[in-house]
Amino acid sequence: MRTKIAAVAAIAALALAITGCGKAKDDSSNQPKVDKSVSFDAGTKMEALNKAQSIKIGVKFDQPGLGYKDPSKSGPVGFDIEIAKIVAAKLGIPADKIQWVETVSKNREPFLQNGTVDIVVASYSITDERKQIVGMAGPYYVTGQQLLVRSDDDSIKGPDDLTGKGVCSVTGSTSIKTVEEKYGATPKPFGTYSECVQALLNKTVDAVTTDGPILLGYAAQDPDKLKVVGDTFSEERYGIGFAKGDTKFCEFLSTTIKDSFKDGSWEQAFKDTLGKAKVDAPKPPTVDACA
Amino acid sequence: MNVLIDNLPDLLSGFGKTLALSAIAGVCALILGTILASFRVSPVPVFRAIGTSYVNIFRNTPLVLLFVLFIFGLPQLGITGDHLFAFAAAAMSIYTAAFVCEALRSGINSVNVGQAEAARSIGLTFQQNLSLVILPQAFRAVIPPLASVFIALVKNTAIVEAFGITEAAYQMDSLVRDHPQSIYAVFAGTAAGYIIIVFAISGAARLLERKLEVKR
Repeated sequence: MRTKIAAVAAIAALALAITGCGKAKDDSSNQPKVDKSVSFDAGTKMEALNKAQSIKIGVKFDQPGLGYKDPSKSGPVGFDIEIAKIVAAKLGIPADKIQWVETVSKNREPFLQNGTVDIVVASYSITDERKQIVGMAGPYYVTGQQLLVRSDDDSIKGPDDLTGKGVCSVTGSTSIKTVEEKYGATPKPFGTYSECVQALLNKTVDAVTTDGPILLGYAAQDPDKLKVVGDTFSEERYGIGFAKGDTKFCEFLSTTIKDSFKDGSWEQAFKDTLGKAKVDAPKPPTVDACA
Repeated sequence: MNVLIDNLPDLLSGFGKTLALSAIAGVCALILGTILASFRVSPVPVFRAIGTSYVNIFRNTPLVLLFVLFIFGLPQLGITGDHLFAFAAAAMSIYTAAFVCEALRSGINSVNVGQAEAARSIGLTFQQNLSLVILPQAFRAVIPPLASVFIALVKNTAIVEAFGITEAAYQMDSLVRDHPQSIYAVFAGTAAGYIIIVFAISGAARLLERKLEVKR
């Protein structure tokens, strides 16, 4: 009977955990400098946003280190969030005037097309299919997919060991497609990454896969039970999404990303967020030209 | 449209899982629901209490919570391993059984009290009374509401996409991810799949209803 009560308590605690009571992260004190005197050509998107003194930015709320919103905190935190703040600052908009809109993987394109958001900074990999319907500037960060497994499981050392294994990732992510199609894994989609990690600890799945930095965040939270194995086996080039066809806006975004590489704000943003998982800031990637 | 044709194998395998889950959960819910309904009308107070508690607990619990309980809770109790499909089928069966039970109970109530009394007066036991006289008539009376329960069950299976099962809704999400330019075709195609399943259920129900109609 006592074990049953303990089990019920564990389940209740888990239900709380799933509803998103994760670890809080400190707000970064290194806010990018807002240039009040910027001016843009008349009729451009930049001028409109600057005049409105407000911008709607689509970000993820469930990826620790990249874009994560603690329910008890007012704003989201993470590397993507810092990049978004840098862009807003270049437009002359302070961080507190940004309207954060939660986007999930499958609604980013509709949100850009409908104007629900002005830009998307949400671990948004640049792909040719997406470029057909939205504009993408960047990349501002290049990363790759890795594997998170239980520490006591030595049967998975890299993606080649995945054949027939149950691999969890979030529904609608590119990661789950890669392991299924290239490595023969059985996809086990869950709603959020924290549920995937729970299923991994429960031995319901054998591995969790997504972009490396997210997995490192979870491994750092529970180093006795979890580890990240193997090298990255895909290339994800994170870009900033915007409405298709606005070349001037694209040039502005590309310049902003390049400038952030030069003036150190990019590296600072990395150190404040992903760097906390004991990863060094990589070399900044080469930004694509605007077509 | 090409998106749907090119990815037909994936879509079909997704709908296959949707159908398998619906069928397994539907049969289990029908059996469990019938047992519960007979509990609820039983002369034994303990059985009545069990039936009532069951319905009140599971009809009032959101399905997602049941899934959390099964998929994350059972492994805590020591049932580890890849049993996602079984867990999902069990959660759906237990949830749907409460609705089957209540639909069937309304059918039992629609059978004239005189029939039960007549059956009892010729010496039939409660079990015989229920299985030979009352339940056959009750089932005929509740075909339309039972069909609604099973249609709801099919649509509810879309929830398991968030719990590790690659059914139709998961395939739809994957197609939206890979082909964002064809989002409307993907939605329409998936909806069409569900509509076909639902039409089949309601068609079968209408057929049964016409065949088994009770003249009163």
